[in-house]
Amino acid sequence: MTIRQLSIFLENRVGRLATIAKILGDAGQNIRGLSVADTQDFGILRLIVDNVDAAAAVLRQHDVVCHINEVIAVEVASTPGGLAKVLSVFVNTKINIEYMYAIAEPKTSNPVMIFRFSDPEAASQALSQAGMNVYSEKDLLQG
Amino acid sequence: MTELLMKDFVDRAALERLQLERMQNTLDRVYNNVPFYKKAFDDAGVKPTDLKRLQDLAKFPFTMKSDLRNHYPFGLVASDQKDIVRIHASSGTTGKPTVVCYTQEDLGIWSETMCRTLEAGGLTNRDIVQIGYGYGLFTGGLGAHYGAERLGCAVIPMGGGATEKQLLLINDFGTTAVCCTPSFFIHMIEVAEKIGLDLRQTKLRLGFFGAEPWTEAMRNFIVEKTGIKAFDIFGLSEIIGPGVAADCEAHNGLHVFEDHYYPEIIDPDTGEVKAPGEEGELVFTTITKQAMPLVRYRTRDISSLTYEKCACGRTLVRMAKVKRRSDDMMIIRGVNLYPSQVESVILNVEGTEPHYQLVVTREKAMDELEIRVEVTPQVFTDEVKGLENLRNLLGAKIKQLIGISAKITLVEPGTIERSVGKAKRVIDLRNS
Repeated sequence: MTIRQLSIFLENRVGRLATIAKILGDAGQNIRGLSVADTQDFGILRLIVDNVDAAAAVLRQHDVVCHINEVIAVEVASTPGGLAKVLSVFVNTKINIEYMYAIAEPKTSNPVMIFRFSDPEAASQALSQAGMNVYSEKDLLQG
Repeated sequence: MTELLMKDFVDRAALERLQLERMQNTLDRVYNNVPFYKKAFDDAGVKPTDLKRLQDLAKFPFTMKSDLRNHYPFGLVASDQKDIVRIHASSGTTGKPTVVCYTQEDLGIWSETMCRTLEAGGLTNRDIVQIGYGYGLFTGGLGAHYGAERLGCAVIPMGGGATEKQLLLINDFGTTAVCCTPSFFIHMIEVAEKIGLDLRQTKLRLGFFGAEPWTEAMRNFIVEKTGIKAFDIFGLSEIIGPGVAADCEAHNGLHVFEDHYYPEIIDPDTGEVKAPGEEGELVFTTITKQAMPLVRYRTRDISSLTYEKCACGRTLVRMAKVKRRSDDMMIIRGVNLYPSQVESVILNVEGTEPHYQLVVTREKAMDELEIRVEVTPQVFTDEVKGLENLRNLLGAKIKQLIGISAKITLVEPGTIERSVGKAKRVIDLRNS
């Protein structure tokens, strides 16, 4: 089970992030989680928003380069060792975590982390088999 | 004064008689031996015999760089194939180089004018000359080499690059003169400082720098840092290579070796010949070359000519230092670069019509090229790695095609300024 994330190309330039946030705000899109991967010259902004299709459409109208892709939302127990327990699922697999970040304000009882795996399907299955709570887009955003 | 050097101090009336005779011979040869020129002269309604005075050259048609490309590789050769002894080539826009051929006599002319170039800077047969230009298809290395050898110098055929080795030889061999691009020499100065070699403590006394435009500020920097005398040399492979015009001690324009390469300045838009002192496009007619004579070849370099006698006593016409070109070709670290070359690389890599911009700067006197490329939705993925791969691939292809390293910067769509729908392709900040 995967959810969709919006990835946006950003130049390392003053005010770019603010501009994107304003476009989404004006379009009534709430940002639920975000992370920025940056290099010396450019960055990639990754967002979980209420309506990924509508958000992508409005950004494209503003000539913003973006891309929709699949990530996995997993509940992580808010106790010591909570994250370690999730990660232990992958220790002896060939599945790599490319990056991860937290949802800012989950509507679920526990924190939710977003993971990008090298193999999202296999990762989702492994997590479910280990009894982890993997969210669908609907459950996460409306739950 | 050597016999060769005396040619630079010739009586102008005698020079003009010589030029007219040589020009008439050249026009006659190309008309009879090169189908391209026969057609061009016929189309323009002129015959070689119409040249009664030097000024009559204005009636004859121009030769463009595209004419060389359209007759690639040997279509403009006026000699028998058996008489060709050398072939050089320079980088072209579409991967096809511009080819130039030489007979034995042409190599002699080239050596002579390159030799006179070096003599104008005070080089003698007691000097040890290190050639830091690339050898090979590029005319810089061999041109400087032959000129220095003709003068009787001890020539070190070092070639380009290998900065520390260059410095080692300057120090250990007691090199007294270097020939290379100005930006490369400035790089040598920086590396020398880093490794603790004081160039003032070596025997180096002269530098001949060319193949790319450079400024008085760079000359001052070189002189200040090293104590050597720095001379500008001008040339282009289509005409012969380095040694078309030379700087003298007066540093007040470059003396054109007009007994071999006849210069004109024209209005690049109308083609009209401009008066002495007026700025315009530099045009050359080779009047002694055998293998590939060119009539009114448009260099795209913007300059002006002055016939006033120089403080050094030379009577040869002087051309102003070239600061810019009339088309968008750039010379970066001595290498010709057209924006269209970059465009073709991006098109091949990305598969889409690219928006890009070339920004040329001079960091610590070394030319730096930045290529800004707008990221398109087609190439964008979620991964940093993907974009870095794209950037590295573009960099590698550019390096492969034009031979220089460029910094590739990925930018957002719409960030490259467009004027009338067309992006401004080149921002050259070197002379600002």
